[in-house]
Amino acid sequence: MDLLRFITAGSVDDGKSTLIGRLLYDSKNILIDQLEALEKSTKNRTDGSVDLALLTDGLRAEREQGITIDVAYRYFTTPKRKFIIADAPGHVQYTRNMITGASNASLIIVLVDARQGVVEQTRRHSIIASLLKIPHVVVAINKMDLVEYSQDVFNNIVIDYAEVAKQLGLKNVTYIPISALNGDNIVDRSEIIDWYDGKPLLEFLEEVDTAHDIDLDNARFQVQFVIRPQTEELHDYRGYAGKIISGIYKRGDKVKVLPAGLETTISKLEVGGQEVEEVFAPQAAVIQLADDIDISRGDAIVKTEDTPVVSNELEVLLCWLDDKPLQAGNKYYLQHNSRLVRAVVKSIEYKLDVNTLQQQPVEGGVKLNEVVKATIRTASPLVYDPYDQFVVNGSAILVDETSNSTVAAVLLQ
Amino acid sequence: MSKYHLDYLEQLEAESIHIFREVAAQFERPALLFSGGKDSITMVHLAKKAFAPGKIPFPLVHIDTGHNFPEALEFRDWLAKEVNATLVVRKVEDTIQQKNLTEPRGKFPSRNWLQTYTLLDTIEEFKFDACIGGARRDEEKARAKERIFSVRDEFGQWNPKLQRPELWNIYNGRIHKGENVRVFPISNWTELDIWNYIRKENIDLPSIYFAHERQVIEHEGQLVAISEFVQPDASDVVLTKQVRYRTVGDMTCTAAVESTAANLDEVINEIIATRISERGETRIDDKVTEAAMEDRKKNGYF
Ligand SMILES: Nc1nc2c(ncn2[C@@H]2O[C@H](COP(=O)(O)OP(=O)(O)O)[C@@H](O)[C@H]2O)c(=O)[nH]1
Repeated sequence: MDLLRFITAGSVDDGKSTLIGRLLYDSKNILIDQLEALEKSTKNRTDGSVDLALLTDGLRAEREQGITIDVAYRYFTTPKRKFIIADAPGHVQYTRNMITGASNASLIIVLVDARQGVVEQTRRHSIIASLLKIPHVVVAINKMDLVEYSQDVFNNIVIDYAEVAKQLGLKNVTYIPISALNGDNIVDRSEIIDWYDGKPLLEFLEEVDTAHDIDLDNARFQVQFVIRPQTEELHDYRGYAGKIISGIYKRGDKVKVLPAGLETTISKLEVGGQEVEEVFAPQAAVIQLADDIDISRGDAIVKTEDTPVVSNELEVLLCWLDDKPLQAGNKYYLQHNSRLVRAVVKSIEYKLDVNTLQQQPVEGGVKLNEVVKATIRTASPLVYDPYDQFVVNGSAILVDETSNSTVAAVLLQ
Repeated sequence: MSKYHLDYLEQLEAESIHIFREVAAQFERPALLFSGGKDSITMVHLAKKAFAPGKIPFPLVHIDTGHNFPEALEFRDWLAKEVNATLVVRKVEDTIQQKNLTEPRGKFPSRNWLQTYTLLDTIEEFKFDACIGGARRDEEKARAKERIFSVRDEFGQWNPKLQRPELWNIYNGRIHKGENVRVFPISNWTELDIWNYIRKENIDLPSIYFAHERQVIEHEGQLVAISEFVQPDASDVVLTKQVRYRTVGDMTCTAAVESTAANLDEVINEIIATRISERGETRIDDKVTEAAMEDRKKNGYF
């Protein structure tokens, strides 16, 4: 059994909460006591049904406002897969939350209201999906019951969306006509939508091939923590603990430590205290090297024949996540996996309109939810790959030096 | 399937180990909050794997309410020795005396709320800057939005509006003096994931997780064990039942479930078959209000 992380995106009232509630409910992942609480809090609904949307409703502040304002995570399991849903809000201002939720997702469900078709929000969410390189896209065309389950309505939306997908270079797009409210094509194939011969949503989620989402060709590793027991028996032990970001490492591999550039070989590999012959992404491993080299947290260990970019002049796309605007010249910490360096945003070239993808001039500072192209200089070099080629080694964050908050998502170019 | 493939438990394990290592590297004085239950026991197992062959680079901290199951305390002491970890125990009892707090009354006197004080004092005493907790996002609606690194102010308070966005697998643990971070390495695990992992890794658990005989009374449909802390009223019928526990909390507020499951396979089968979630079934004081958890979290409860 494996694991699939996905995110749901849609405008307010497209039926996102109902859909998630339906997935949990129909796949029998709601438990009796939760159901009782649900029935209790379901406001006197005339038809006596439970309000599935309430299942996914989070904190009280939001309940009072009646909208979801933050990313929440939901879990469900079928015999085939464990699923982690990042439930990101549809509200216009909250691009920030969607980026947060999308950063770990390998699939996105873009909800479209069948009556509305492709709207500005649909484009915005799809643009974010394409910026963040989410590998799989499902366009769930919801509320089919309100358009008499019309195949024409569905087909027209598919045509419209295909245009968006083409513009954005989205591959792997799947279209499913659903009714979250009635459960059509969610877990079971809809009997009414007989003209649709694809899989129902859950079956698709269970079967979508994610094996290739992890890169096993290019080996990347960054030191998180140096293990030095310094006990009698392990007097000289020095292990570099970290996550295999991508690829495979074998004992005897010739490696290079970056940014210093020193070469050595792998003498021993361990996972969870057990010695192994090879390690692969995304395992948490410990690497030991043949030579005594000065290595610390944040250093990269890569194969000599396949090295990433090493630079302290960075071209980046920044998604601004903070209320305090960004001005060129501002200094931050930049964190790339476990490597933390001082950084200055040297210049801001243009703003990317997340509705049209058009480049616009930046006037004044960069505001919350804006995406800009910028150049950053770091105090010491970063060892990375362009995000487009290599998501896991091309992403970073900016941290405000005074507030310590995470203020930007950084996509290295 | 390729041999370079991790199943879901291996993926969850790798993610948790990554988080443990981030904590050890980013903070000067981390601590693992050890409650004695299966979630904290699983965390200790993960921490051991994260730093092997070295020892776990932070202490296990137990806030002892004084109402614990003796089996759980015995197990705690055994485990700390077994993994060669430092164990710090601080007692709610002492806080009650020092601060002259009012001891909760009633038939099921829960000290859950009071733990907060002892915890905050302990953080202060040791200047802990990161406290690792075993909360999972599937436990409760209010938990679903909790970050993996969750920043608290000097009063241990959590502010839903001030949570940092958490992107990719990059954890920002920078804090100001006086602040600390609660870290939840098993956020993405469900109750069943934990059980399956315990089985896969053959992790030892306290005996009360398995069916045993106990004298109990029935309270609002739940079974509560008779103990030093819970005495039957005249109207109670004392029954002898085969029971086990799904969580290990205080004897005053943790309910038992009737069960004959004597080993892990049987426990897991029962859990799959039941349709009642962990908290609903076993925490008496959680039934208070739906928002109780959220209020408590704001007050620094882990
Ligand atoms: N008729 C119909 N109504 C739906 C469907 N899905 C959701 N709704 C309704 O649309 C409204 C908004 O749904 P909700 O799930 O709260 O939307 P969210 O804002 O995207 O989370 C609610 O009244 C739902 O009952 C559907 O498939 N058909």
